Amino acid sequence: MQTIVSISNLSKTYATGFRALNDVSLDIARGEILALLGPNGAGKTTLISIICGIVNASSGTVIVDGHNNVSDYRAARALIGLVPQELTLGAFDTVWNTLSFSRGLFGKKPNPAYLEQLLKDLSLWDKKDNLLMTLSGGMKRRVLIGKALSHQPSILFLDEPTAGVDVELRKDMWALVRRLRESGVTIILTTHYIEEAEEIADRVGVIHKGELLVVDDKLALMHKLGKRQLVIELEQAVDSIPATLSAWSLELSTDHMHLTYTYDPRNPEKGVANLLSAISDAGLLLKDVETSQSSLEDIFIDLVHAKS
Amino acid sequence: MNIYAIRVIYKYEMLRAWKTILQSFASPVISTVLYFVVFGAAIGSRIEQVEGVSYGAFIVPGLIMLALLTHSIANASFGIFFPKFTGTIYELLSAPISFFEIMVGYVGAAATKSFIIGLIILGTAGFFVPLEIAHPVWMFVFLILTCISFSLFGFIIGLWAIDFEKLQLIPLLVITPLVFLGGSFYTIDMLPPAWQTVTLFNPVVYLISGFRWSFFEVSDVSVWISLGMVLTFLLVCLVTVWWMFKSGYRLKQ
Ligand SMILES: Nc1ncnc2c1ncn2[C@@H]1O[C@H](COP(=O)(O)OP(=O)(O)OP(=O)(O)O)[C@@H](O)[C@H]1O
Ligand SMILES: [Mg+2]
Repeated sequence: MQTIVSISNLSKTYATGFRALNDVSLDIARGEILALLGPNGAGKTTLISIICGIVNASSGTVIVDGHNNVSDYRAARALIGLVPQELTLGAFDTVWNTLSFSRGLFGKKPNPAYLEQLLKDLSLWDKKDNLLMTLSGGMKRRVLIGKALSHQPSILFLDEPTAGVDVELRKDMWALVRRLRESGVTIILTTHYIEEAEEIADRVGVIHKGELLVVDDKLALMHKLGKRQLVIELEQAVDSIPATLSAWSLELSTDHMHLTYTYDPRNPEKGVANLLSAISDAGLLLKDVETSQSSLEDIFIDLVHAKS
Repeated sequence: MNIYAIRVIYKYEMLRAWKTILQSFASPVISTVLYFVVFGAAIGSRIEQVEGVSYGAFIVPGLIMLALLTHSIANASFGIFFPKFTGTIYELLSAPISFFEIMVGYVGAAATKSFIIGLIILGTAGFFVPLEIAHPVWMFVFLILTCISFSLFGFIIGLWAIDFEKLQLIPLLVITPLVFLGGSFYTIDMLPPAWQTVTLFNPVVYLISGFRWSFFEVSDVSVWISLGMVLTFLLVCLVTVWWMFKSGYRLKQ
């Protein structure tokens, strides 16, 4: 993994004395989509704000593609686009002007052709001369994305991009995020929707009370932390679970035809293969087996509850 | 140097004035005309001359300064306060620009607007009283330095203010009295001696005195002292802005 953003021992205590981040370290890989999950007030926006230069860290460092985000802020910030959580837009500017403004702020010379294509990609081209205050919430969200992309960043932060966005627009946004990733942009997004992380992220980090509880490959995370269930359908009903299988803590269904086994895939001793041979040793005949695994949502809830 | 950033900020701020052109440029003209009617015509007809200058002409430099100060401060403070208020400041803070560039953009635009206002008022005044400018270069130096230093001061107020009330507070409570007591409408030696001493602590006195000297060669204090005071004020404002950005004062938590 080639690191594009490296966060080390980042802590933040606000002026109120509230500690919003506690010793967070995280490496973000070039070209990945990283989803940050966490309940309200977990510290997601604080983390992003520090990386982007909006909030000062209390301690710790952030290196963006080799540039320290404080001492070498110009080089670091030039690479970053930010879509804030709140719909913060001036009221009296036009869509076109606000995008041109953002591009200029980031030191890029005007490029009307690029902005035109960008607005078309965001389905905003017909609104380019509209005042921002006349746009709907979803359109404003897209304008904010347009502003963040106006200077062609290689790292894009999306702070809850799909909050308050309808299903169709959410699908559009996911498609946009995937297209951006294909063009080489690294994307970090925060969300409350687990299915969103599950749908588009490569890696998932969970933040809770200012601490990064876990960050891992989405599939590995589900694999590592997810409990699996094996449901075994029997040829014939059994009265009770044979004594030889008592060590496996199986559950027998009310119709006496199904055995359910909840297991941890990290423990090979108690693996499925061993169970199946134990079952056949006990003289039971299998008709069918079915496995299911827990979703990120279950993992998330487990993690957060284990901590609080 | 992020030239494009300075340029877009400057352009944005100028465009904002253009959109409210009546408020930006017409209102100073109207209030100046009112001052002329009231002070110049009504009162001036009873005051013969001040230090060899007709009263109507005598008040022109003071009136211009009054307008410059008010508008520089109002413009620059609002320009930076508004993004803070709406939250769009996040973009300035996350962009690859230095505090110096942000300042040049905002203060430059505010100073340009005041400068234009100053010229408009000067032109308007020419309709009412015959004006001669003894030292045009000095006049422009004072005009430009005033526009810049008070736009900077306004910028500081905009950074400092956390609500609209605070934004109005300093201009109302501090600047207006200082300008009115700064010799816009009289010379210092018209005051009782005790007040003359008090007045010397008013920085605006030096500004108006120097500016008036560039017109009529009459002044309350030496023109070099005036220049020195303006430059000192400019420097103090610059250092304050630098410190505010360095420390993230009221910008970054
Ligand atoms: N300027 C501030 N001053 C004091 N405390 C703050 C400030 N900004 C945020 N906090 C606190 O820091 C904590 C983390 O806030 P943050 O906005 O980072 O959470 P979040 O994970 O983005 O939450 P959400 O999902 O609701 O957006 C919260 O408890 C919040 O109250
Ligand atoms: Mg947030």
